[in-house]
Amino acid sequence: MRFINRQPGRGGRWLLALLPLILFALVYGIASAARLTDNPDDKLLPGLTQMVNAMARMAFEADKRSGEYLLWSDTAASLIRLGLGLGIAALMGLVFGVAAGVFPLLRAPLSPMMTVVSMVPPLAVLPILFIVFGLDELSKVMLIVIGVAPILARDLEQRAREIPQELFVKAQTLGANSWTLVLRVVLPQLLSRLLVSLRLMLGSAWLFLISAEAISATAGLGYRIFLVRRYLAMDVILPYVVWITLLAWLMDWGLRGLNRWLFPWSEGGRT
Amino acid sequence: MNLRRLFGVSVLGLAALLGLSAHAAPKKTFDVCWTIYAGWMPWDYAQASGIVSKWAKKYGIEIKVTQLNDYVESINQYTAGKFDGCTMTNMDALTIPAAGGVDSTALIVGDYSSGNDGIVLKGAGKTVKDLKGLDVNLVELSVSHYLLARGLQSAGLSEKDVKVVNTSDADIVAAFATSQVKAAVAWNPQLSEIKAAPGTSLVFDSSKIPGEILDLMVVNTQTLKDNPAFGKALTGAWYEVMALMKAKNAAALTHMAKASGTDLPGYEAQLKTTAMYYTAADASKFTTSAELPAIMKRVSQFSFEKGLLGDGAKSADAIGVAFPGGKVNGNAKNVKLRFDATYMQQAAEGKL
Repeated sequence: MRFINRQPGRGGRWLLALLPLILFALVYGIASAARLTDNPDDKLLPGLTQMVNAMARMAFEADKRSGEYLLWSDTAASLIRLGLGLGIAALMGLVFGVAAGVFPLLRAPLSPMMTVVSMVPPLAVLPILFIVFGLDELSKVMLIVIGVAPILARDLEQRAREIPQELFVKAQTLGANSWTLVLRVVLPQLLSRLLVSLRLMLGSAWLFLISAEAISATAGLGYRIFLVRRYLAMDVILPYVVWITLLAWLMDWGLRGLNRWLFPWSEGGRT
Repeated sequence: MNLRRLFGVSVLGLAALLGLSAHAAPKKTFDVCWTIYAGWMPWDYAQASGIVSKWAKKYGIEIKVTQLNDYVESINQYTAGKFDGCTMTNMDALTIPAAGGVDSTALIVGDYSSGNDGIVLKGAGKTVKDLKGLDVNLVELSVSHYLLARGLQSAGLSEKDVKVVNTSDADIVAAFATSQVKAAVAWNPQLSEIKAAPGTSLVFDSSKIPGEILDLMVVNTQTLKDNPAFGKALTGAWYEVMALMKAKNAAALTHMAKASGTDLPGYEAQLKTTAMYYTAADASKFTTSAELPAIMKRVSQFSFEKGLLGDGAKSADAIGVAFPGGKVNGNAKNVKLRFDATYMQQAAEGKL
């Protein structure tokens, strides 16, 4: 049988899914053990116990200086920034996307502008963002908004234009005006797409968040990573990366669930 | 990907990761790294002019000098074993490689910061006391943080009186231009940019704590022990360049100025706030002085209070620091940072 036609069985699929993870853990374990026998204080590839200890300290012991539980205060700071940034970006993306997608008179000025703006790498204009929005929370949230909103808007514009023209004609023959058209025909379809696009943009949003926190901050997951990097504390950095990945995965999973719950038709009509 | 291929790739990955654990052994080629800073520019000239390879050849070895762009990353790379030596400050040598269990030797004490690090406040005629209650932007846990602590101490304040905002060194100039930032701590060349803004006061700088922020060439102790030629060649090359600088050799200084992104007057201005040890005799005199252990004690204490010595550290004495003449600060069973004047003395006596 040709390779392209071979399907893994049910058990095989699990095995193949876990294989890379197991291999990675194995390789890491061997390399870490080798370095630790060489130098018990090695910080580059800490062992599991070192990482567990470091995390226990971050999560359950109050910090000597601030009296806060660092893991939780970092997580809260980052999630608030991320939530605000994504929320504002989603709203802006929806407004601009629908406006440009449905109304040709608005599309003419908006569409080219959004195309250009979405090409500007947000990190490259960071010094300007500082001056305009300051160094505080606002600039970190704005970095996420500027990075995510134009792409959401362009995607939603495209999806709005893909809605069959017949639907618009039909709605208009039934007496819909522009406003009801947007509300009853376009929005229900685009909201589902918005959730899908948000899921795809989560990775970028985290990237912008971590970058913003690396530059100037007093708390946050990215801040902590860049701070402890100063003394190569990989026993904190690696679990933080795992934690960020878990949070991102949970957000992705949550958005998917929300989409299924609100728009059961969106994934091929399954309920 | 079929299974055999997958296996092959995994083995390659494993080999690559294992390659990270390098053992010291007699060898012929050595890698050292450095980053842009007034007191380290001589390494660039030493490499470009062929002085390094000349000295390496004399001892039958090869030395590659590499410039890295990110200071912390360069120390991390050295700590991970990618380089045999690297330029860093005394505090970073203690908190990164030494705290990471990499036994390191300060082969060359190049200079100390004498104004290259400073605390700047917005507004004319300010003093250290005006820091009270302010947000202070700086690279947290760096020598800037140490300088702030010393500055606050000089005015009877402590870190509780200010709020430290971690700001990367690459962005601190742009950050200082925004209206929220009222105070910042930075090192040159960024410091000179910040100071140059109108209506600012330099309230404290490293010239008030002479000798506390040292700029070193740090090498792996085991590598040095196995290969004295490496230490001799590096030290020889360094003091050949120092002699040129002392003699105000225009070609050498212009080269260093260009490489640090400024012109000759700009570089000379930075050198004014850098107390270079132009002669090996001066450097080894300082290294063997009673002053150095006292300074390192203070640096260890600060590092311990900030948690920079690692989890295992129960006190500021957790990591031993050895000095010429057998004196040891802290735990003598766990010496991870050594100040060694042997090679500087050989250079001073013309024995290299």
